[in-house]
Amino acid sequence: MSAAAPARVAVVAYAAEVHPGGTPAAEPALVHCAVTAVLDQAGIDRADVGFTCSGSFDYLAGAPFSFVGALDSLGAWPPISESHVEMDAAWALYEAWLHLLSAEQGDSGSTGSGGIALAYGFGKPTQGSLPDILARTLDPYYLAPLGVDADDLAALQARAAIDAGVCAEDAAGAVGGAPPADGAAAVLLATEPAASRIARARGVRPAWITGLEHRIDVHSPAARDLSRCASAAQAAAAAGVDKGPVHVAELHARHPHEEALLRAALGLGPNTEVNPSGGPMAADPVMATGLVRIGEAARRVADGTADRAAAHAAQGPCLQHNLVAVLEAAPEGGPR
Amino acid sequence: MPTEPPGADPLAPLVGAHTVAFPGGYTRSTGPVIGRFLTELRDGRLVGVRAASGRVLFPPTEYDPRDGSPVTDDFPEVGPAGTVQAWCWVPDPRPAHPFDRPFAWATVLFDGADTALLHALDMGPDAGADPPRGLRAGLRVRPRLRPAGERTGSITDIACLRPEVTAIRDTGRLDYTIRADAALTRYLEAQTEGRIIGSRARSGAVYVPPRDLDPADGTPVTGDVELPPTGTLTTFSVNHVPDPRAPQVPFVTGYVRLDGADVDLLALVSGVDPERVRPGMRLRAEWLPPEERSRTRPSIRWFVPDEGAEAGTGEAP
Amino acid sequence: MSRAAAVIGVGQTHHRSRRTDVSIPGLVREAALRALEDAGLGFADIDAVVLGKAPDLFEGVAMPDLFLADALGARGKPLLRVHTAGSVGGSTAIAAAQHVRSGAFGRVLALAWEKQSESNATWALTVGQPFSASLVVGAGGYFAPFIRAYIERSKAPEHVGWEVAAKDRRNALLNPYAHLRMPGITPEAVAASSMLWEPLRYLETCPSSDGACAIVLASEEAARAAPGPPAWIRGAAVRSEPIAFAGRDAVDPRAGRDCAADVYAQAGVDDPRRGIDAAEVYVPFSWYEPMWLENLGFAGPGQGWRLTDGGATALDGDTPWNPSGGVLSTNPVGASGMIRFAEAAQQVRGRAGGHQVEGARTALGHAYGAGSQFFAMWIVGSERP
Repeated sequence: MSAAAPARVAVVAYAAEVHPGGTPAAEPALVHCAVTAVLDQAGIDRADVGFTCSGSFDYLAGAPFSFVGALDSLGAWPPISESHVEMDAAWALYEAWLHLLSAEQGDSGSTGSGGIALAYGFGKPTQGSLPDILARTLDPYYLAPLGVDADDLAALQARAAIDAGVCAEDAAGAVGGAPPADGAAAVLLATEPAASRIARARGVRPAWITGLEHRIDVHSPAARDLSRCASAAQAAAAAGVDKGPVHVAELHARHPHEEALLRAALGLGPNTEVNPSGGPMAADPVMATGLVRIGEAARRVADGTADRAAAHAAQGPCLQHNLVAVLEAAPEGGPR
Repeated sequence: MPTEPPGADPLAPLVGAHTVAFPGGYTRSTGPVIGRFLTELRDGRLVGVRAASGRVLFPPTEYDPRDGSPVTDDFPEVGPAGTVQAWCWVPDPRPAHPFDRPFAWATVLFDGADTALLHALDMGPDAGADPPRGLRAGLRVRPRLRPAGERTGSITDIACLRPEVTAIRDTGRLDYTIRADAALTRYLEAQTEGRIIGSRARSGAVYVPPRDLDPADGTPVTGDVELPPTGTLTTFSVNHVPDPRAPQVPFVTGYVRLDGADVDLLALVSGVDPERVRPGMRLRAEWLPPEERSRTRPSIRWFVPDEGAEAGTGEAP
Repeated sequence: MSRAAAVIGVGQTHHRSRRTDVSIPGLVREAALRALEDAGLGFADIDAVVLGKAPDLFEGVAMPDLFLADALGARGKPLLRVHTAGSVGGSTAIAAAQHVRSGAFGRVLALAWEKQSESNATWALTVGQPFSASLVVGAGGYFAPFIRAYIERSKAPEHVGWEVAAKDRRNALLNPYAHLRMPGITPEAVAASSMLWEPLRYLETCPSSDGACAIVLASEEAARAAPGPPAWIRGAAVRSEPIAFAGRDAVDPRAGRDCAADVYAQAGVDDPRRGIDAAEVYVPFSWYEPMWLENLGFAGPGQGWRLTDGGATALDGDTPWNPSGGVLSTNPVGASGMIRFAEAAQQVRGRAGGHQVEGARTALGHAYGAGSQFFAMWIVGSERP
């Protein structure tokens, strides 16, 4: 698995376009800003991107096929090799990462493509009631009919965390949830030699992905020990978070107690600076928020603020599904 | 003792109402088997009786109806679910019926039983004159018992049978507030004035409706252009499927290439017999009257033929 | 070629317009357990799950991967949810193959599904936001003008569409999982059915189905250990293009041609009509068979209908298309693409049963989505590449 393999893929550019409180600009315009920014940073043309993957969520807009319109902003002509996940865009980055790993094995065909992949995500969560929209993700037989929403379930987990002593009552209750923001984010991934070439041209370091893992837990919050986040701990262990010091961690925590649970799951100590970007509690561009965590962590590795960083993305009720990335400036054993 | 009211027609046939009812009601002793059944039923349990052959009779009797042999004293629990065997639909219930709305009578073989029970089957308050589609032999049902405090030890302690739950209705709704972006707002506002706005891409291509970006290369457009309300039909379909957005079937949806544009506009085509619609025909926009226009939707009602030769050849759809 | 990947298990549900006998988890498990049984595996042997379906509005459960994780034995594993419109079944299989080819996973379960009876397809596909005035009436209303354009362009006679519809429904009679079963179906019966979206008649359109399809993908090592014959992935590709732009040809989209050229190059197929023994191609409306025959290079421009008309694409023709009955016989939207990919694999595994193409060694699976703009294809073979 990836934790043991030499790092072969690096984050080489990241940009986000975030509008706290919302914007009338359409999704493709938001995507255009973020994607154009990463291509400009890297000094490459859209034709240099061999694989593209996006993450979005139809229910944010209340209409099907949000990703179809977003394609208009890419200039997908001639046709591009492309996929889409109905997940936070951190998982779009995961699919793009898999693509680069298998392409590096010598995939023939044009999908092999120069070793550069683009992941982006976007959403306009200010158009509806986010807790109610997220409630549509609940089990349609036993949970959704109850009328319980995402904020209720977060509060349930907060109480469990308080009762278990994971966090203090005043800390958990001090602030509300993350404020929804309209926005988009984009990350460029590259293998060698493109990774070093792009980083050199930008005057930054490649942020090598030395671990990238995700795990899902059982769905019902009633079936889980809410005072811990088992699937985040599994992902962190597989990604090798504990194999070195973590200088910076960007966590997809939409509530204060989630940060406490995730610190424990990832095994982060007091020396790890958590969410120096402000994190989702500053702005939550839903469906891009997880990818933003990876981008923000990579940015600090790239600019030398941190040599080793962890990034985390989550989705589902009570942190059901968790992704953990480890990013390093000069990983042991790699790059090749 | 019937009597005639004073002044009644002496020539009318002589008729009188008659009722037979034993005052206070008959007293029925139930014996050891039916009594056990009704006692258990009053407590909320469904029991049958095991016959000498091993069959379970439900409702129980003191004998096996097949051969008259005495039953054992084993009263196994059956159900709670059962399977409909025979049924009839009652669209117009009579006063004695347990419902004043359409329902079914059904014979039901309860799980664990070898003989069936006749009872009323409630298919729900929305059932109409015709039997509901789900009503059929094989339908799985369960009894609805009267509340414990109202049960007296009677077969009507089972108020009725109901189909097992096989589906639930999800009526959840979500409400959104959608903001039109700048290009769409300009397009719709211009249409209220009878103008069609497009945009010119860096490549020179003209898009309508206007866009911020050219989908072919992702670059921002250079600005708006105004287009004439005339164009050429590229291709089309004659729709025979009713749709609330079209006045009647069949109706024509077509791709219209406005003069000066490089992409097609999807629109209704009217004012011509669908049989006479052809690719390449010249069309012009027909606008909604000014008082019906709104910037919340396009103000072009549809496109109509723009050639004198073709005008008036068909009814407006 | 990267690391080898192969199909070692295939399962699908019995497809019907209303599978009211099962819940959503029951539906997906029916396919998953059949695929696992075929592969001689249990959920515990699976390293990752990749789930695909078309818009969540169909069932009104958003991101249903979250609640289906338990039903698919995914607790403590990676679970990815793909959505690329109608091509999603193919994209999902390819994403799962990517998991294996990356070297990070040995056995991956790919599953795609749709339970259309929970709502209404036309509603779910056309829920419109304010300010737009979509005139599209369902998928048929969208595609009919392009079909007309093809007929104008190729001068094809109208009976070609009826022939495709009858041929695929005849094939479906040989497939126990197929939804539509129409014994005695003829082109004349298709021609006599009511007109929906001219030139498309009722029997020239696909049904709405409830159903699921699952594929177990394996590394070379795991494939060698499988009880049944593997279908080796010889090539896999995806392509997308915008839905509308100046100069776009929506009848013969370049994304489809480029995607086909890519998989043919990977698989070493020079002439698809000779090099591919069986093709499972996404044909939701009859005329898309001749259109895709041209787009995929089985016939030259304007010549696709001649292959259909001459019987070349029949089960006993020289280039059988949709021996399973295709999308025209079975259409659980999100799963329809994966069924194409799975049926292609079954052909080269010799496991297609009554619709087996004798001696098939190389097969094409194809899916497309949205406005003929998303394409996913793979070529599978009985021989390791």
